[in-house]
Amino acid sequence: MNSTTTISASSAKGKTVSGITRATLLKDLRLEWRSKDAINSMLFFSLLVVVVFSFSFDPTAEESRQIAGGLVWVAFLFASVVALNQTWARELRNQVLDAYRVSPAPPNSLFMAKSLGNFVFVVVLEMLMTPLFIAFYRLRSIGPAWQLLLVAALGTWALVVNGTFFAAMSIRTRSREIMLPLLLFPISIPAILAMVQATTAILNGEGARFWIVLLVTYDLVFTTSCLLLFETVLNAE
Amino acid sequence: MKYLFPILAILTGILLWYALSIALNPVIHVGGITLQGAPTEQTMGNVQRIFYYHVPSAWTAFILFFINFGASIYYLIKRCPTADIVALVCAEVGVVFCTVVLVTGPIWARPVWGIWWTWDMRLTSTLVLWLIYVSYLFLRRFSSSGQTPVLAAALAVLGALCVPFVYFSIWFFRTQHPQPVMGGGGSIDPRMLHVLLINWLAFSCFAFLVCWSRFRLEKLQREVDEAHAMRSLMDEPGQSPPMAKASIGKSGSAK
Repeated sequence: MNSTTTISASSAKGKTVSGITRATLLKDLRLEWRSKDAINSMLFFSLLVVVVFSFSFDPTAEESRQIAGGLVWVAFLFASVVALNQTWARELRNQVLDAYRVSPAPPNSLFMAKSLGNFVFVVVLEMLMTPLFIAFYRLRSIGPAWQLLLVAALGTWALVVNGTFFAAMSIRTRSREIMLPLLLFPISIPAILAMVQATTAILNGEGARFWIVLLVTYDLVFTTSCLLLFETVLNAE
Repeated sequence: MKYLFPILAILTGILLWYALSIALNPVIHVGGITLQGAPTEQTMGNVQRIFYYHVPSAWTAFILFFINFGASIYYLIKRCPTADIVALVCAEVGVVFCTVVLVTGPIWARPVWGIWWTWDMRLTSTLVLWLIYVSYLFLRRFSSSGQTPVLAAALAVLGALCVPFVYFSIWFFRTQHPQPVMGGGGSIDPRMLHVLLINWLAFSCFAFLVCWSRFRLEKLQREVDEAHAMRSLMDEPGQSPPMAKASIGKSGSAK
């Protein structure tokens, strides 16, 4: 009897956790669908990066295969900062964040919702921008192209999970828009290196196994530690 | 206790002077005594002597960053203000020593390798480490929240977790740096090792002394801030000083 109650209680709790995550995620997606603030500025920003880089380097097809990994990820990294910056800033209006804090909802479900939301935004950006990259830089992968999808998913998650966490930190600082990249980029260096190297290796038909394993480990370690520390950071007012 | 700091400072000064002398001269004469210093390296010559500053600074910086990590975890668990001050002080002094490493490295590399900088494993990971801790100091500087120590401790923990990733990711590049002196299979003259260890001891003592002094300063600063805050709380509206009253009256009459 007792154990049944515990099980039903824990499953009910599990339901609410995923329920809160889903509700917050849907709310964020709906907000973005109606305003399209983040996605438009991210798209335009990365388009500018593509064009400016193309002028600065003027690469041939062979050269662009060498530099494309770096280019693509630099463009996505800078563009994703736009989405990350508004993640929590949006909740500051009308003291929504304070309401979250006093509500009994577990902070980690909020964090997961925000991370997943940012993941969706950045993935949409990548899907829209990749054809442009391929066209502008005349890219053709020598290695197995499906691995690029894996690298993109793992790399994007690495960026958004840390980014969402540091965005929650940077809203507590002066000049918060500047603060996010200052905190995010140094810690993301191994992930960025892994994404760039894996992409370049796949495009050139070399093995990228080491980098993919590194990305998986990085994602696991940082997702876990962000989840462990998020409650502390959310309550640090 | 009162004289402990000056005594330690003088002892550290003597140790630093001794370490400097044996690092710079193969043989030194003090009074009637002849002391063995570091021998001149066969291929690199005297340039190699920068090694006695470069390596001890690196080791000291790594130890300080490690203490910062430990103190940050302790702060997150116990919320003890002293642990926060220790973390702050270690990060500050560690960044200074890390800067020394990054400055002496190229000075040594230019004559020996013919280049100022290379994106090799150890150089790059030290640079990334430096970047992480500079961002930590930025966060502390720019934080507007009353809970800066909590945010900083969380960042320090994530930063320290990042270090193995930095090391492994950069490990994949070809390394140009000399193999590690200790436990890396490299051979080093025992006299050089002796000078290196003495220098490390001197640098560690110096770092400890600076940390201690900075710790006292930070503690006093916090006490002063706290006293100011208490005083402004104590000043109730009814008991505002006459100057303030006069200015209120003036602005009221101007209206």
